[in-house]
Amino acid sequence: MKQEYRKKTSWGALLAVLVFLAVVLWLDQIIKPTNKMYMLLTVLQKGSVYALAAVSMNLLNGYTGLFSLGHAGFMLIGAYTYAIFTIPSSARDAVYQYFDAAVRFSFPEALSGVMGPAGTAVGVLIAVILAGLMAAFFAWLIGLPVLRLKSDYLAIATLGFAEIIRAIFQWQKLGPITNGSNLLKNFARTSKFKLELGDTKLVLSTFVPVLIATISIIIIVKLVNSTYGRAFKAIRDDEIAAEAMGINLAKHKMLSFTVSSFFAGVSGAMMAMVLSIAQASNFKSAMTYEILLMVVLGGIGSTSGSVIGSFLFVAASEWWLRGLDSGSFLGISAPGIFRNGFRLVVFSIIIMIVVLFFRKGIMGEREISDVLRSRKKKAGGTAK
Amino acid sequence: MRKDRPCVLRVEDVTMQFGGVVAVNDFSMEEYEGEIVAIIGPNGAGKTTAFNVITGVYAPTNGRVSFNGSKVIENFPKGKMKKGYLGENAGKYTETLEPTPDKLTALGMARTFQNIRLWPSMSVFENVLIAKHMKRTSNLFSATFGANRAEEIRQREEADALLETVGLSDVRNELATSLPYGKQRRLEIARALATEPKLLLLDEPAAGMNPQETVELTRFIAEIRDQFHVSILLIEHHMDLVMDISDRIYVLDFGKMIAHGTPTEIQANEKVIDAYLGVADDA
Amino acid sequence: MAKTILPYIISGISVGGQYALIAIGYTMVYGILRLINFAHGDVFMVAGLMMVYMAASMPLYIAIPLMIVLTVLLGFLIERVAYRPLRTAPRMSVMISAIGVSYLIQNLALYITGGLNKNYPTIPWISDRVTVFGMETSRVTIITPFLTIILVVLLVQLINHTKIGMAMRAVSLNFETSQLMGIRINNVISATFIIGTFLAAVGSMLFFTNYPGVVPTSGAMPGLKAFVAAVFGGIGSIPGAVIGAFIIGIAESLIKGLDTILIVQGTISEQIGFATFSDAFTFILLIIVLVFKPTGLFGEKTTDKV
Repeated sequence: MKQEYRKKTSWGALLAVLVFLAVVLWLDQIIKPTNKMYMLLTVLQKGSVYALAAVSMNLLNGYTGLFSLGHAGFMLIGAYTYAIFTIPSSARDAVYQYFDAAVRFSFPEALSGVMGPAGTAVGVLIAVILAGLMAAFFAWLIGLPVLRLKSDYLAIATLGFAEIIRAIFQWQKLGPITNGSNLLKNFARTSKFKLELGDTKLVLSTFVPVLIATISIIIIVKLVNSTYGRAFKAIRDDEIAAEAMGINLAKHKMLSFTVSSFFAGVSGAMMAMVLSIAQASNFKSAMTYEILLMVVLGGIGSTSGSVIGSFLFVAASEWWLRGLDSGSFLGISAPGIFRNGFRLVVFSIIIMIVVLFFRKGIMGEREISDVLRSRKKKAGGTAK
Repeated sequence: MRKDRPCVLRVEDVTMQFGGVVAVNDFSMEEYEGEIVAIIGPNGAGKTTAFNVITGVYAPTNGRVSFNGSKVIENFPKGKMKKGYLGENAGKYTETLEPTPDKLTALGMARTFQNIRLWPSMSVFENVLIAKHMKRTSNLFSATFGANRAEEIRQREEADALLETVGLSDVRNELATSLPYGKQRRLEIARALATEPKLLLLDEPAAGMNPQETVELTRFIAEIRDQFHVSILLIEHHMDLVMDISDRIYVLDFGKMIAHGTPTEIQANEKVIDAYLGVADDA
Repeated sequence: MAKTILPYIISGISVGGQYALIAIGYTMVYGILRLINFAHGDVFMVAGLMMVYMAASMPLYIAIPLMIVLTVLLGFLIERVAYRPLRTAPRMSVMISAIGVSYLIQNLALYITGGLNKNYPTIPWISDRVTVFGMETSRVTIITPFLTIILVVLLVQLINHTKIGMAMRAVSLNFETSQLMGIRINNVISATFIIGTFLAAVGSMLFFTNYPGVVPTSGAMPGLKAFVAAVFGGIGSIPGAVIGAFIIGIAESLIKGLDTILIVQGTISEQIGFATFSDAFTFILLIIVLVFKPTGLFGEKTTDKV
């Protein structure tokens, strides 16, 4: 029996991704902020931020079996790095009201001076990558002592580090860099992203975050399917067996941790550009818990699951269940019950139901491609 | 004994002490290329502990292990253990060399486990393929972006060839843990062989097998030695198997080596018979 | 010097006592179920909220016992609904369930309070101002450590000298064997949650009396700190958790006042902002302990079997 090793390049998947991106670009043009459907774009923007955050957490928690709760900390580092290096010099003094800003450099500004409008895009891209690198560097520092710890001790230690990072960024003495406990604003943000080609103006507010998330998630999928991804899964399944088969635990855990944190940093940068502000007090452990719940909703150990889980989470909490907060839902009007906060209550009950009764989440450990393949097989009958 | 051949494994004065319990006491052995050597002994004699020291799971309290002529593990009692040390040869070793198991696997040792440790969520094929990870030349980036394609294809071919050899090709895509017990054992050995070892360590390979399966396994182990040119060190309780295929046998009792020699010598050894059957109180 | 530091030490001991009462719940549950009960801090917050609402509609001598009973009931129910069905599931699933419960409780509290700060009722006698060593403070600050120690001594007696206490010790040593020996595991676990939440309910009265009010996230930070205290003392050990909690309480209080202390002493001339790190310090301590002595001050060492 000869096996087929040469994996066909998945043209179908590539085409699907391109079509999706084209549709997003098109929606970006036709839906104006005043439109009722603008919610869809908001969901796409925030959804892609959380999708990347969830997928990167899943790389660590789901594929490598390292239960880490430090995600919000790495996102914070990403958000701040991105924000600090994209504030134009004209706006800097207004942002750093109480401090003498130490960093007076903006990638988009500097590069647009050299390369023109394209420089802005390149500058944003560099700032995003730098955000990831900073998060990965901190992860490396933190990983040295904590990755030796087992399951829940690792969880609580990483949670602790996230809190320490938050305190450092809020420290008044670092104000010239981080603006202390005040928020950062006026940096390059999605609401301003557009492309001008002569007369035509292309709005990119949704397209850019979706694009960054798509590329990042494709890279993570590639990694998971590579020999390193398999080694990660071996560590998750049985650490002792993995080590006995020559897999260096310390090295591979560190790789998974830094890569996961790199993309957490990127998603933090995306969060800053989508929300137009960055403030340390937003990146509490509650944020990590929310991302974890998205991963659980989609199915731990499934990348497609994490993506689906986060879009559902965002869509439900930002859009579909909104009526629960504002008086009427599905035509039922009950202002006494449907008031502020009810949405989140219903939502957390749904989550608890998933956690308790549908422990595998939406996808289990399967991917979209597995589901499609088994469909095809069924349709094709018994033919081999 | 094949003393004309190079020594693959040399264990010198290894003592392993947990708190006040000396699990292995002053154990020495050697194994020469192409040999099948067995460590036997009653339950609790320290066989698995000795195994875990040799494969790097535990750092020994005292002693040295050399592999392929170079020193790989060495330790001596220090810290708290210095005072409480109950073993022998305390002053003989002065270096500390405590590699993790993966380093030893990289040098050419591979093991199986007493209680089978396959990766449960993965297929038979993947279980073997992952053991090839160690042999990669790619790094994280080249592997992620597909620049290691040739190597990936080669490793997949090698994994399949190995499954063919051990007769598991037909269950290639099944979940590893869904296999019957005997095949799981076989797969674990195949997985160890995928790391291309010089020395294969089998921890009770026949545990839980019926006589028929044990006979098959005995033949399988002998075949492996010849086909893959490996030396084999095994721990086993099934005496038929041990006597059948071992070139030499070491006998442990209460952590101490009480005898070693060829199967015929061991079968005639008084001390071994006493250890297994127990000695009358007045002896 | 002593006069500058003393107030911080006294309030630190008091906070430490409050953390201790929460930490016991963590350490006992962890000792038996190997579960970080992330919802414990939120139960503590709910105890505070219940007090706010009940004190408004009934006299305190009814409100206080009722609050304690209801909090205990809540702890008991959480275990029944969210943890018991997952008894055979992987540890990660139970921990996720705990996080889910915490998320639910916080959102529920957010809905009920509308996110507003709720002023904690004044409990007569314990919130009176008193003067000790020439400094003025509320009486609760002084009585907390004593009350904590009395409760802990009672608890240790209970664990060492009663049947249920013996069962608890057995289960924390070996879950499966205890089950085989005929110990009713579920009863033991329920008892653990009841004791843990009872102490948290008492702790919440002491804690919130000294704070301006209760918000839905009020429980998160004290909860985490109490857990750190439990780890610091050696998880599973009650005296360890108590000592850990006092150390963390005092250290935190001193760090909050470090700027002032150093300025009074003349070491520094302006604020450095150490107070920012009063929460983070707990975690720094946690990481140091985990890295250098993962079993904590009083924990036992275990080895993995191959």
